[in-house]
Amino acid sequence: MGMYVAFLAVAGLIVLAFLGVQAAGLHFLFGALIPYIAFFLFVIGFAYRVFLWGTSAVPFRIPTTAGQMQSFPWVKSNKFDNPSNGFGVVIRMALEVLLFRSLFRNTKSEIHDGRLIHGSDKWLWLFGLMFHYSFLIIFIRHFRLFLENVPGFILIIESLDGFFQAGVPFVYLTDLMLVAAATFLFARRVLLPQIRYISMAADYFPLFLILGIAISGILMRYFIRVDITGAKQVIIGLVSFQPAPSAEVGVIFYIHLFLVSTLLAYFPFSKLMHFGGVFLSPTRNLANNSRMVRHVNPWNPDVHVHTYAEYEDEFRDKMKKVGIPVEKE
Amino acid sequence: MAKLPKPSELAKISLTPPAKPWMDVVTDIRQGMYCHGAKAKNLAALELPNARDFKVAEEDWQLPEDWKETVLNGIKERLEKFRTFHVFMDICVRCGACADKCHFFLGSGDPKNMPVIRAELLRSVYRKYFTTAGKVFGKTAGARELDIQTLKEIWYYYFQCTECRRCSLFCPYGIDQAEITIIGRELLNLLGLNIDWICGPAANCYRKGNHLGLEPHTIKSSVEFFLSDLEDITGITIEPTFNRKGAEILFVTPSGDLFADPGTYTAMGYLMLFHELGLDYTWSTYASEGGNFGFFTSMDMAKRLNYKIYAEAKRLGVKWILGGECGHMWRVLHQYMDTFNGPADFLEVPKSPITGTVFDSAKGTKMVHIVEFTADLMKNNKLNLDPTRNDHLKVTYHDSCNTSRGMGFLEEPRYVIKSVCNHFYDMPEDTIREKTFCCGSGSGLNASENMELRMRGGFPRANAVRHVHEKHGVNLLTNICAIDRASLPPLMDYWVPGVKVAGTHELVGNALVMKGEKERTVDLRNEPLPGKAGAEGGEADV
Repeated sequence: MGMYVAFLAVAGLIVLAFLGVQAAGLHFLFGALIPYIAFFLFVIGFAYRVFLWGTSAVPFRIPTTAGQMQSFPWVKSNKFDNPSNGFGVVIRMALEVLLFRSLFRNTKSEIHDGRLIHGSDKWLWLFGLMFHYSFLIIFIRHFRLFLENVPGFILIIESLDGFFQAGVPFVYLTDLMLVAAATFLFARRVLLPQIRYISMAADYFPLFLILGIAISGILMRYFIRVDITGAKQVIIGLVSFQPAPSAEVGVIFYIHLFLVSTLLAYFPFSKLMHFGGVFLSPTRNLANNSRMVRHVNPWNPDVHVHTYAEYEDEFRDKMKKVGIPVEKE
Repeated sequence: MAKLPKPSELAKISLTPPAKPWMDVVTDIRQGMYCHGAKAKNLAALELPNARDFKVAEEDWQLPEDWKETVLNGIKERLEKFRTFHVFMDICVRCGACADKCHFFLGSGDPKNMPVIRAELLRSVYRKYFTTAGKVFGKTAGARELDIQTLKEIWYYYFQCTECRRCSLFCPYGIDQAEITIIGRELLNLLGLNIDWICGPAANCYRKGNHLGLEPHTIKSSVEFFLSDLEDITGITIEPTFNRKGAEILFVTPSGDLFADPGTYTAMGYLMLFHELGLDYTWSTYASEGGNFGFFTSMDMAKRLNYKIYAEAKRLGVKWILGGECGHMWRVLHQYMDTFNGPADFLEVPKSPITGTVFDSAKGTKMVHIVEFTADLMKNNKLNLDPTRNDHLKVTYHDSCNTSRGMGFLEEPRYVIKSVCNHFYDMPEDTIREKTFCCGSGSGLNASENMELRMRGGFPRANAVRHVHEKHGVNLLTNICAIDRASLPPLMDYWVPGVKVAGTHELVGNALVMKGEKERTVDLRNEPLPGKAGAEGGEADV
């Protein structure tokens, strides 16, 4: 159900952009106004969400410890999976954010003949990593369209990414990998019963949206060629706040831009905020040193306690009878 | 009470969820899978709201008129008080990495026991009332009304979670269902929806100092009972002290160690060790509980119960505190105590009077784990040990959830065990250390009316024990947790008959060669020692 809703939503967006640009000629709306609004929503929404999280207190120091803690000099501790200081936390976070450390740990448990069997399962880690890094590289590559003079590092990335030359224009590996990885992430939601069970429209929608972005981009580059110089001019117009959307650039460009705008606008209101949230997760970004360094709870409440005096008052006679020392005879 | 199915019946588990979406399935609150509701007197003793006899099986849970508002306000308040809760409500991508990590899901196949769905039960309510998407798109956005069915469903599944954190280990964002369960239970407690197996012990602990409700004279007589057994076994007279001012060390252990086998044997191990060392220590009858069932009720309740440990240390004027073997006790002591009731600036940084080792890792809380303490003694060769006295045992070790994933206490227990026994075999890698499986009865769920739940939840642990039982002939499952000592024996009897359960210091007590002891012919359980029984004949029959 959620899958169909999400599919129809993305298909609807594509049709909307097509009709809006091709039939109604709303180039300014799709080529300037909507991208600006989307970017604004993204920046403000993202910042606001992180601000909200930031204002929530961190009352306790509760890292999930994933290895031996620091104890005696003769016990080897796991400094990064169970960090005891800030440096260890930085490494732990870097491993988590850059290499998906926790997913790398993933196992799969199945029941055969009434017995549980556990084994390693790294597919999600592999395709997750492929998905995110392809996205990142494609994002960086797009800077060539934002800047009059293309910086050297982008040229280097481009040449590495296009290592396997296959005709002109050469094929970017990341284009293929992004589509492959997104397809994998989609396929597991459809094919694996447990994952299908937990998936909602909000899980399919960003996948379809990103697939739509990737496919429209690929179409534009390899199949339905657009006027690339014209496209660059539109984009530079956008980033220099002198928007001049042109009708000369093909409609596919506007569809691509509209889907990207949707992604930006949708981002802060969705699970995509895991991008910001992972940095703020207290089970990962705190050191396991709470027996060494006191962690202060900003709202540490005064609570009603049962004092020793009250206890002794109740049990004094019984204590005295068996020779347990008391404060008041 | 619901009848417990046979193991062969219970093991028929399918991990394939049904086609029908979870939100469309009304939860059936099934006998055997839940604990009795809290009694009015226990809720009242803890000054908890809506104190009445809470009867789960009855349709009417006797909730206050404005219950919905109470819960929603409670959520709002906790979004501000806990960044964990706020972030965890927002960022789950439902990747499913946690799905097959939960022992309750693996042992029941109930898809709402997948941690991600357990979180969604509450997250769906959060979306409906606190997010734009949920307000606008409703069910399509995974949002739902908070009605009585939803509340009951949350209650049912939040008391089918043992707060073990195994899901959190595998989550790419560290989303910790234990934390969500803790907060969910706080919300339920705003309505008086606790279970009596938690509320009763917490009420006992508040007034009498320990979960079991042992009064001061009973604590003393329980210990004296062990002492007389120990005198028979070792020929040595041990004279511990209670509530003694001026002792160097305050010793706090879970009260379960004083009450029932096999925890009692662990307590005997402590007593022998301290006597042998001539340790200047005292027990307390006021702070006579290391565990903290308040932690399964609310953070405030955890703080109220935990208060006694520092208060008593201060009153008695000890230098530092030593804590016994217990799982959630050590999560609270390690990750919460200093924040709750510190700073412990009236104590000194713990230093072993025997080895001179300074416990820097506890320089803030001033509280040392007894297994750390003992490991240090062994490393420094301060104990005369005869591991052959444990030669009849083939031992494996169950890492407690809390000490593994809320502390990282993995090597010290293994070091201690390997020092006192010759046959040790770890369970498979994916089931131990930080990946350990819960006993299935943690977080206050070790009642008897929910035995089916416990046997299901403990299935993954038992499955791993069975593996080493069949492969290596393992016959003893050791641990450092009082709830394990109470809950693993029935679990083993059910799934892996022939495997017994023991605390680590029971093995230490067996192996410890004490000054002036008579020749040991029986172990702490009064069972004949191998190779010794024949020689001493009659004595082994004690």
